[in-house]
Amino acid sequence: MDSEFRELYQEIIMDHNRKPRNFRKMEDATHRLDGMNPLCGDQYTIYLKVKDDIIEDVSFEGSGCAISKASASVMTNVLKGKTVQEAEKYFNFFHKMVTGEIDHPEEYLDTMGKLVAFAGVAEFPVRVKCATLPWHTMHNSLHGSQDKVTTEENN
Amino acid sequence: MMSVASMNVSKKTIEFDARKYREDFPILKETVHGLPLVYLDNAATTQKPRQVIDALTSYYEHDNANVHRAIHQLGERATAGYEGARKRVARFIGAKSEKQIIFTRGTTEAINLVASAWGRKFVEAGDEIILSEMEHHSNLIPWQLLAKDVGARLRFIPFDENGTLDFNVFEQILSSKTKLIAITHMSNVFGTINPIKRIIRMAHDRGVPVLLDGAQSVPHLPVDVEHLDCDFMAFSAHKMLGPTGIGVLYGKMQQLENMNPYQGGGEMINSVWLDSATWAEIPHKFEAGTPNIAGAFGFAAAIDYLEQVGMENITLYEQELTSYAIEKMLEIPGMTIYGSAPERGGAVSFNLGDIHPHDLSHFLDQQGVAVRAGHHCAQTIMRKLNIAATTRASFYFYNTFEEIDYFIDQLIKASEFFGL
Repeated sequence: MDSEFRELYQEIIMDHNRKPRNFRKMEDATHRLDGMNPLCGDQYTIYLKVKDDIIEDVSFEGSGCAISKASASVMTNVLKGKTVQEAEKYFNFFHKMVTGEIDHPEEYLDTMGKLVAFAGVAEFPVRVKCATLPWHTMHNSLHGSQDKVTTEENN
Repeated sequence: MMSVASMNVSKKTIEFDARKYREDFPILKETVHGLPLVYLDNAATTQKPRQVIDALTSYYEHDNANVHRAIHQLGERATAGYEGARKRVARFIGAKSEKQIIFTRGTTEAINLVASAWGRKFVEAGDEIILSEMEHHSNLIPWQLLAKDVGARLRFIPFDENGTLDFNVFEQILSSKTKLIAITHMSNVFGTINPIKRIIRMAHDRGVPVLLDGAQSVPHLPVDVEHLDCDFMAFSAHKMLGPTGIGVLYGKMQQLENMNPYQGGGEMINSVWLDSATWAEIPHKFEAGTPNIAGAFGFAAAIDYLEQVGMENITLYEQELTSYAIEKMLEIPGMTIYGSAPERGGAVSFNLGDIHPHDLSHFLDQQGVAVRAGHHCAQTIMRKLNIAATTRASFYFYNTFEEIDYFIDQLIKASEFFGL
């Protein structure tokens, strides 16, 4: 098998797929938004509790492929306790990384931690939408969008 | 008990040399990720034999001109080829006349044509159209649009856990309000071959016409429209060795004659004044604009090829291949197959444990196996099954038992990889 494929599904992704973190409904969320990929049926709800610009809590619910679910799970772990500005920074990094715009993602291990586990997505263009769906949903939600996020919007 | 049954399915009980036919398909020699291509996405589109590719090339190299207009030599050749394709299609499905063959862009446009040109003339507020719950979106959405516009109501024949239709419900909803039944001949999700003759007989007893979605059946079964007695049938060339962008609406003469035009433009007119026009004869009345001429040449070559292989042979071989695949698949722990109708074709939808179809199909692709993952343009079926998606393997006569074995091995590897 292609080693890049094996790398994509490395331990972190398999682990977060099997045991997603922060996988729950949040009753007192300040932000809540649905995201879906109509082509493959991935569907998530992202919950955020933001107070004084700090993301006090973040969780998600839904179903989808291993890449999208692990991405949501890792995202919730990373964002908890961060400011909205920091979330924006992670979002931008993640988006650039999975679309192949960052040359040596492994150099960002210190600052970006487990996000770097998704660097392999860049090798598989068809999976970029899987990895970014939770992030786009979170991003739009933080920016006050009430519109469901879909990977297949008409541009 | 199972082992006795499984021993009865031998790898080959009929004489059919798929390998010989494979030689005609250049793409089947492709490698993907360094591995031989195992193409099991035939319900989406089939591959094309050299004969079809050559027909397209030859048309553009030798015959290219517009049809029905030019007096010159090329115009005559293009017209002869285009109209010749119509005759081949008519013969292939047992239509009485080639006038009953309308070329469209595909199944979807053929159904939209009926919804528009027939539906908007004959379906009124309060009328009902009966569909099944296993329709492809292409045989659902056109009727939704029509029903919404004219105030008609859609009724549905449900399917059971085997993926077969519930005739009790059908009998209940078939009424004097029913204006049309539009139904698939073979399900692209379950593989079910619906008892179409029975449906048509029941419909005709009440004077209700039936449109058949033949996208999955015409490529795989001998289909005779006179024998079935369907009023309309829609199908696509690209699912039966032909090029994309061309398909067929078959209609009974009387139905076609009563229909409004579909699109307006050149080709479909007889005489035109500034404020009015008269329509060309059937079938040209429904073919506005320059048609897919090259596609028709390729389509004719595809039909020639299928006739040479023999539709009965194709059906028998695919049934053996499909039975073999299903039996082997069910031996894998965690395998769920959706649809177990007694009469079925070679589209097999499944899930393997809790591996998401997107992950599984990506894994299989890495091994050279092309399958489809998703809702297969049938979100309503997925919703009823309470699943987001399935993986689907679908076969054609050029697939081999060895390819099935390889596919099964890769499913087992996927189970291990994803830790089932």
